Parts: sequence; structure tokens; C-alpha cells
Amino acid sequence: MFLSSLIASPLVGALVLLLVENRDGRRDALVRGIALAASVLTFALTLAVWARFDPQQAGMQLVERRAWIPAFGIDYYIGVDGISLFLVVLTGFLTPLALLSSWEGVHRKVKSFAIFVLALESFMLGVFVALDLFLFYLFWDAMLIPMYFLIGIWGYERRIYAAVKFILYTMAGSVLMLVAIISLAYLHSVEHGTYSFDLFRLYELRLSPSLQFWLFLAFALAFAIKVPLVPFHTWLPDAHVQAPTAGSVILAGVLLKMGAYGLVRFAFPLFPDAAAFLAPHLAVLAVVGIVYGALVAMVQPDLKKLVAYSSVSHLGFVVLGIAAMNTQAVEGAIYQMLNHGVSTGALFIIVGMLSDRRHTRLIADFGGLKKVMPRLTAVFLIITLSSIGLPGLNGFVGEFLILLGAFRWNPRFATFAALGVILSAVYMLWMFQRVNYGEVTSHENARLSDLTGREWSAVGPAVVMAIVMGVFPTLFLRPMEPSVDELVRRVTSRQQTVVMNRLEPIVTSSLDVCR
Amino acid sequence: MLVSIPLLPFAGFLINALVGRRLSKTISGGLACLVMLASFGSSTAAVVSLLRLPADSRVMRQTVYTWIVSGEFRAPFELLVDPLAAVMILIVTVIGFLIHVYSTAYMHEETDAEYARYFSYLNLFAACMLLLVLAPNLLVMFVGWEGVGLCSYLLIGFWFQKKSAADAGKKAFIVNRIGDFGFVLGVLLTWVTFETVDFQALARAIGPLPVEPTFGTLSIIAMLLFIGATGKSAQIPLHVWLPDAMEGPTPVSALIHAATMVTAGVYLIGRNAVLFGHAPQVLSIVAIVGAATALMAATIGLVQNDIKRVLAYSTVSQLGYMFLAMGAGAFAAGIFHLYTHAFFKALLFLGSGAVIHALAGEQDLHRMGGLRRDLPVTYWTFVVGTLAIAGVPGLAGFFSKDEVLFRTYTSGHRLLWAIGILTSFLTATYMFRLVFLAFHGEASAPHPTHADQRKDAPPAMAIPLILLAVGSIVAGYLGLPHALGGANRIEAFLRPSFTAPAGAEASGEPSARAADIAQEGAAGADVGLERTLMAVSTVVAVAGIAAAAFFFLHRRDRADALAARWSGIHTLLGNKYYVDELYDAAIVEPIQTGSERMLWRGIDAGFIDGAVNGVGTIVSGGADALRRLQTGSVRAYALSVVLGVVLVLGYYLWR
Repeated sequence: MFLSSLIASPLVGALVLLLVENRDGRRDALVRGIALAASVLTFALTLAVWARFDPQQAGMQLVERRAWIPAFGIDYYIGVDGISLFLVVLTGFLTPLALLSSWEGVHRKVKSFAIFVLALESFMLGVFVALDLFLFYLFWDAMLIPMYFLIGIWGYERRIYAAVKFILYTMAGSVLMLVAIISLAYLHSVEHGTYSFDLFRLYELRLSPSLQFWLFLAFALAFAIKVPLVPFHTWLPDAHVQAPTAGSVILAGVLLKMGAYGLVRFAFPLFPDAAAFLAPHLAVLAVVGIVYGALVAMVQPDLKKLVAYSSVSHLGFVVLGIAAMNTQAVEGAIYQMLNHGVSTGALFIIVGMLSDRRHTRLIADFGGLKKVMPRLTAVFLIITLSSIGLPGLNGFVGEFLILLGAFRWNPRFATFAALGVILSAVYMLWMFQRVNYGEVTSHENARLSDLTGREWSAVGPAVVMAIVMGVFPTLFLRPMEPSVDELVRRVTSRQQTVVMNRLEPIVTSSLDVCR
Repeated sequence: MLVSIPLLPFAGFLINALVGRRLSKTISGGLACLVMLASFGSSTAAVVSLLRLPADSRVMRQTVYTWIVSGEFRAPFELLVDPLAAVMILIVTVIGFLIHVYSTAYMHEETDAEYARYFSYLNLFAACMLLLVLAPNLLVMFVGWEGVGLCSYLLIGFWFQKKSAADAGKKAFIVNRIGDFGFVLGVLLTWVTFETVDFQALARAIGPLPVEPTFGTLSIIAMLLFIGATGKSAQIPLHVWLPDAMEGPTPVSALIHAATMVTAGVYLIGRNAVLFGHAPQVLSIVAIVGAATALMAATIGLVQNDIKRVLAYSTVSQLGYMFLAMGAGAFAAGIFHLYTHAFFKALLFLGSGAVIHALAGEQDLHRMGGLRRDLPVTYWTFVVGTLAIAGVPGLAGFFSKDEVLFRTYTSGHRLLWAIGILTSFLTATYMFRLVFLAFHGEASAPHPTHADQRKDAPPAMAIPLILLAVGSIVAGYLGLPHALGGANRIEAFLRPSFTAPAGAEASGEPSARAADIAQEGAAGADVGLERTLMAVSTVVAVAGIAAAAFFFLHRRDRADALAARWSGIHTLLGNKYYVDELYDAAIVEPIQTGSERMLWRGIDAGFIDGAVNGVGTIVSGGADALRRLQTGSVRAYALSVVLGVVLVLGYYLWR
């Protein structure tokens, strides 16, 4: 019941909020307090999951299973392993920060806002612990609803366009995934006589290479859009720019991770032969994304867009690590997901503080802030350095392990990806300089106030985490390792080279059919 | 115990960074100096216990904790002291301490908060530099390597309100990152090849391997690491950041951009001497790049008018000498020059700082002149430094530079030796030009301050100057060559650091010694040759000084006439061979415009989003059209049913 109560706890908070009468925003403070309390409690529960987690074990832990729709073999089946553990903790960690970051920025319909954020948190936790594909899909799509409203109601000028674009893009991918999931359940009934959505039973299906190829593509497209992988990324800059700060924090911090998580948990182990065949192609897109995202980030005039494109670049590293499929690369990829959640989450919080104060997100409107806001600049600097992978901070560990694993797999990919190390310094430091250094040129900037206590509480934990994860990475790597090793074994041991060679003509002929 | 060496300055950094703004200058500055002194004490203790060990097993290691473990990959956080590291920690703590003391006076006009910020960065730098030199593996070294780069970035841009300072800091960081690209790939290839990144384990693994006659894996690793070194040590083609780095406070230029950080590239090669010894082709590249950089920077130094820029190019040039030595396989000679250079270049920078301090920030040589009367301590110490760098016999620079040139000659690089000699002439000339323009004669433009306002260095600045001057004289005697009746003790001391550790030796006797072919040649020293070459360098140095005296002391009109006659070359040198402009036009501009016009507005907003929005328009347009079909008129529906039936029947009939 432990994981179930974890998933339920934000929802309970949301239910309590429903009961609070908040006419004309008179009880906003109470609403915020309840929401924060619920999210902090949830975070405590995620920490308790970590505490109960046995780092020696590779398999699923804290498993709960109950028949749900027996006719179709659908179960309520949840559990965590070393791969999902820290994503669960990350979700718990970021949600209170997201709420704190929008404490004053959101002042319309505070109650609905809090309810949506809490509901979103429940669904996100559900996605990471679901072990039944039907359940997973349910959480996956449920998540879109609160996010859609968060962008559409509390966003900036073009929020409707961004919200619709976000939902259509994501739906396009997830519909195909639904088809693939149902196909898998059907294939299970063909092989074993009964339907099943149980992930581990589906792992054992014997699928022909060409079937694997198409099913992998269906899953991978849904995940690639979510990551987002170039060229499926253009919903992201719009969604980020238009979303309120809390939305951006959660979107960048947790939602994007689900694409990569999906590749690791579903696409690769379910279809190992197709994965082996398509991994180099995925890696090409990842490497292109690393360089492309960085170059486009460099020329963005808008702070939020810059951070959004930097996400494209950083998530490219994650996908590269997954494609390489060895211990270092996958551990690096998971670590990079956590890093990106911490640093990019913090970057969006910082940008939110700036735009709350100045009502602009244009880099050109700032300059010389170090003089007026030395504390904010110091925090900004640490997060910037973490984002560009300075050793001693979190970003380095993830990037380095990914590069190491990728280099083992294919030095060319790693070499091109390493260009991202140069480029990230270029766009981040240039942005940092234009915002914080130089003379204060506008009188509006001269009067800005430094971090408040509430803002410290939003960004301080992220700074601490950036340092802890950079200095003591084994705290996180060790519990991951057994599960990652098992995953790598599962994916690579079932790849049959014979089959792989047979795959190529099949694929080309199927592509011919398409033409 | 070793951990206290970097940890003490790090503690100083933490205190000044967290509560420094509330401390008085005496306390924050005093604390920063004190931790450096304590770190020097720790270093001395470490070196003393190292010296007690037998000469061929002088290694001490300490494990701090396990940093990164992932599968078979292990990067434990450890520290290591061997002779090479011992020399480095002494340089860093001694020079670092003196520069901290000097800074307490130099930075005194800053506010308390800024003062504390300055010292926190300076302490952090020292901690990172010490970590860099104490690192036992490539990954821990990379932590220090990036850490010093960060401090360099922060300190160059210390006066962040100045755009030029902020720009210079960013440029330094980014150019260094280009080098780091090579460094990181080198680390990756090292691990994939040897499954370790530990220096000693690597030396053991590489020692028995044959020397690579062609460009194999070892050579690629060495080359990648060397790319990292060119970034940090400002060698061609990544030298462009160092002159701009002079935007930082002058003590920073002395510590980071002259004495310590910029030598990290040289140190990296020394640390991996066995690897580089197995890659003779890369060594040749190192030597050629070093010699070319030495000459190029010296020629630019001839015509610069900013006192710090002259010194900056001089640093680039001297670093070139160090790489020349490393490339010639004379690792000890390279480190020896690194060590003497740290003294006299720190001295020269601090001296220029005293001048700038006395002239209220003026850095233009043409607005100085005659300063020796007002600033005697600065003048005399500066002259000592200049004599040392010019290679005048008896001073530190003479012994080390001579060692570099001699080893270059005996390693067979005759042409590079000639370039070294030419550079040596230019060095004497541009350095004495600086002395004559700043301290002798009259200013060609009015002084920014009145003579009676100009004060010589206060004690906190004067004492470091004097101590460094003493160092610039005596430091060289540690490497007094056999040819002059010495024992070249520093070379003997350092030698174990450059050879494969015992154990590997037995199986690979010939190759293990490949690293120090040059040293071997020197052991049976051709004393006559060495003395001849020494005489040549002495003559060249004196000639260089004479040339400077003629053009800049006696007949400045001749210098101007010369510049006018060769105005093309003069402009070329004045503009630093237009390398910055070239990089801007060939790399920076195209990437920026390309990213903005093509990638962002073209592909992203135009093509992909165009397609996405196009699909949206088609779908909603199609839906709109379909909506119009639902007219509600029964006759229209009936008609369409009939049409449908006809079409289906027609299809089957005509099939």
C-alpha cells in the first residue's frame, strides 16, 4: 500500500482543497498552505520510498498488484526499481519548489491552480511506478489534462496556441502508442491464450523483427515527442515560454523525463532487436539535437526560450546514453535526467523571479543585475555552471558518464556530442553575462530587490542538490546500478545478431510497401 | 594529511564567500593570506616526508573518498605527491601566498564586500590549482582543471561592470572549453583503451608497449590531451584568450595568467610523460607548436603599448619555450623553466601592478617614462625580473632557458633551436623596451598623475616584490648544469616522475626509457657543446638588450622611423596577426548568423513549425469543409447516396 498512498497523497490534498471555500480569493493563503503541505508530505513519502529501497536488488520493489479488469488481463500493478526510484524522488522534490515559485506570480484562481498542480503530481508519480501498460497509458494521458489547463489558463500572451499545440503534438504520439500497447496485449493472447498488459510478461514475448520494428516506432514516436527529440521538439519552446513558472518547472523537470523513461522502460526492453537496429538512428537524432538545440539556444532573445532550447540539447545527451545501452551510458542518462530536472527546474524558477519583477523575459531588457541582486546572481551562477557541466556540480557526472558509455559504443557519436560541451558554455555564459554583468542600463533594473525568504526556499534546495549530486554521485548511482545492469542485460542478451542481419531487408521491403 | 593542502584554501574560500561581506578587510584579507601560509606549511611537510623516501620510490597517496563508480569505471577521489607534484605545490603555495599578501594592498580601494569576494575567488583558485597538481587520475585533475578555469573566468571579469572585462572572462572560458573538448575525448579514449584513468596505472600499462612509429592510439590520446593543454596554456591556435585576460586585476594576472594556471598544460604533459614518450610524432608537434608560439608571441610583444599586454605576450612566448622543451622530450627542463618563470614572471606582473597602482590605473607605456626616480623599489626589482627573463647569466631564467635550448639542440631539432635563439633575442629586446619606456627617459604623452602623488609600493606590495626578486636570482641554482660544475639536482629529483614505475621497467627496458632519450643524451653531457650554446645565448641576450637600449633609450626617433618604414609589418604585429579578426569572421560570425537565420528562423520556425501549423490548418480546413457537407437537406443526402452507389458499381464494372 506504500506506493499507492504515495500516488494518492497529492490527490488527497487536491480533494481537501475542493472542500475549501475560496470566494474572491479570500483564502488564497490557506489554499497555498494546504497545497504546499500536501506536496511536502508527498516529498517526504518519496524519501521514505528511497529509505525502504534495497540498493542491492535489481528487480521491482514495493510491488502492489491487484486484478482490475480480468477479462483483458489488466491489473493495478505498480512498483519501483533503481531506474524509476530517483525519478519518483525528483517528482516529489520539484513539486513543492514549483508551487513556491508561483506563490505570488499566480493570483487568479489560486485554488484551481493548486488542484491542477497536485493532480498532475499524482499522475506523474503514477507514470513512473506503473508496471501494467494499460495503467501506464492511463496515467500518461491523464497527465496532459492538468498540464493543458496550467498552460492555457495561467500562461502568458499566446497561451492558447501553446496549450493546443502541446496537447495535439503529444496526443499524436500517444495514440500510436495506444495502438501498439493493444497490439502487444493481443499478441500475448495469440501466444499464450490470454490478454495481458503486464510489462514483465510482455518482455518475454517472441516477436518477429518486422513486428518489433513497427511497434518500436510507435512507442518511440510517442516518447520522442515527449523528450523532445529533434525534429519533434517545436511544441516545447512555445509550451515553456507560455507556461507559468510552475508549469515550466514541472514540464522541464519531470514531464520531459517521461519520454526518456519510456524508452528505457518500454521501447528498448520490449523490442530489443528493433532497438539494436534503430539505436544508431536514434543516436543520430540525439546528437543532432545536442548541437542543434545548443546553436538555436544561442541566438534566442527570450530567456525562457533559451532555456527551452537548452533542454533540447541536454535531453539529446540522455537519448544518446540510452541508445548506447551500456552501464555507464544508461546510468549517465538517468543521472542526466535528474540533473536536468534540478538545474533546468532552477533555471526556470530564476527566470520566473526575473520576469515576475520586470514583466519581461527578454535578455536585452536586463543587464548589470549582479550590482542590484548579488544573491540572485550567485545562485544563478551556480545553476549556470551546473547546467554547463562544471565538475564538482551535478551536470558533469551525467554528461561524462554518457560520453564515456557512448564512446565505448561508438566514438563518432561521442565526439560529436562532446561539441555540446563547448556550445553549452557559449550560450549559457553569454546569456549570464548579458543579464548580470555590465552596467545597470535601465532605471527599472536599478530598483529590483534581491531574493526574498520565500524565493530562497524555492531555489535554495535546487542549489544544494546541484552540489550534493556533483560531489557525492555514488549516493545515487549505487542504488541504480543493479537495475541498470539487468536492463542492459535484458536488452542486449536477447538481441540475436542473426535476426538483426535478417532485419535489414525486411525493413527496407516494408518501407518499399509504404511508398 | 595531503588533503589539507587544497582544503585549507578551500575553507578560506567558503568563509569569505559566505560571510565575507560582513568582515572587515583586515580579517577577510588576513584570513585568505593565512590559509595560504598554512597550506604552504602543509606542502612543506609533505615534501619533507617525500624526501625521506628512497629516491626511486618517492610517491605518497591518500584516498579521500569514492567519487564516481559506474560499472567498471572508477574515479576515486585521491591525492598523490611525487617529485613533480612536490615542485608544483611549492610553487603554487609560495607564489600564491606572496600574491595574496600583495593583493591586500593592491585591492584595498574596493568595498569590504568586493574585497571579500576577490579573496574568496583567489582562495578558490589556489585550492583548485593544488587539486590539479595533486590529482592522481585524469578525472580528479579535470576537476581542478575546470575549477581553475572557472576562477580565471570570475577573476578576469572581476570588474564585471566593464563590458571588456566580462567579455574577456567569457572568451577565456570558451576558448578553454575548446581545449577541454580534446581533454575529455582524451580521457574517454584512455579509459576505453586501458580501463583506467590513474596516472601511475597508465604509466605501468604504457611502459612496456613499443614506441609508436606511426600515429596509433597512444598518439591520438596524447594529441587529444595536448589540445587540452593548448587551451589552458594559450598555445597556437588557442592563444587568443590570454592577452584579453589582462582585464583582470594585476595580481590575478601574476598568479593565474603567468605563474600557475597557464602552466597547467605543461604540467599535464609532464604528468603523462610516459604516454607522450611513446608518441614521438605528437612530441614533434608539441615542439613545433611551442616554438612557433614562442616566436609569434615575442614578435607581437615588440610593438604592444599596454604594459600588461607586453607581459601577457611574453608569458605566451615563455610557455612556448616550456612546450618546446616538453616536445624535445626534455620534461625536466620544461618543468625547470616553468619553475623559474613562475618567479620572474610573477615579479614582473606585480611590478607592473605597482606602476599601474602609482599611476592611478594607467597602463599605456607611452604615458609613463622616468618612473625609476619615483618608484625605486619597483624599478630595481623589475630590472632583476627583466634580466632574469632576458637570460642574462647568473639569474634564474638563464639556467632554465639554456637548459631548454640545449636539450632542444641535442634532441635533433636544430631549426627549432634556432627559432628559440631568435625568440631569446626578441625577448631581451621587448622586455628592455618596456623597462626603458616605463622607467627611463621622458613620457611622450603627459603622465596621468603628478610626480609628488606617485608613491612607490607600500610594504605589503614591496616585500613580495623583493622576495620574488631574490627568487628570480637564486631559483636557477637548483638546476645548475653539469657543464658549469653543478649537479642539475632538480632534473635528478624530477626524473622518477617521468619514467614508468618500477615493475614495468623489467619487461620493457628499452621502451620504458624512451621517455627520456634526451636526458640520457645529456647524462653523457657534451660539455663543450653545452658551453658553446650557452655562450651563444648569452651573446644573443646581450645583443637584444643593446638593441633595445639603442632604439628606446638613445634614439627613439630611430625606432619610430623603423616602424614607419616597415609600417605593414608594424600594423600586422600591432593587430596580433589579425587572428581574432580571422576567428570572428571564419567561425564566430558564421555560426551565429547561421544559427539565427538558418537553424532557428529557417528550419525551426519556418520548416518544422510551418509543417506542424500546416497540418493544423489542413485538418481544421478539412473539418470545416466536411461540416459544410452536413447541410441537413434530405435531397442533398439522397443525391450523394445515389452518387455513391453509382461510383461503387462503376468501380466493380470497369475493374
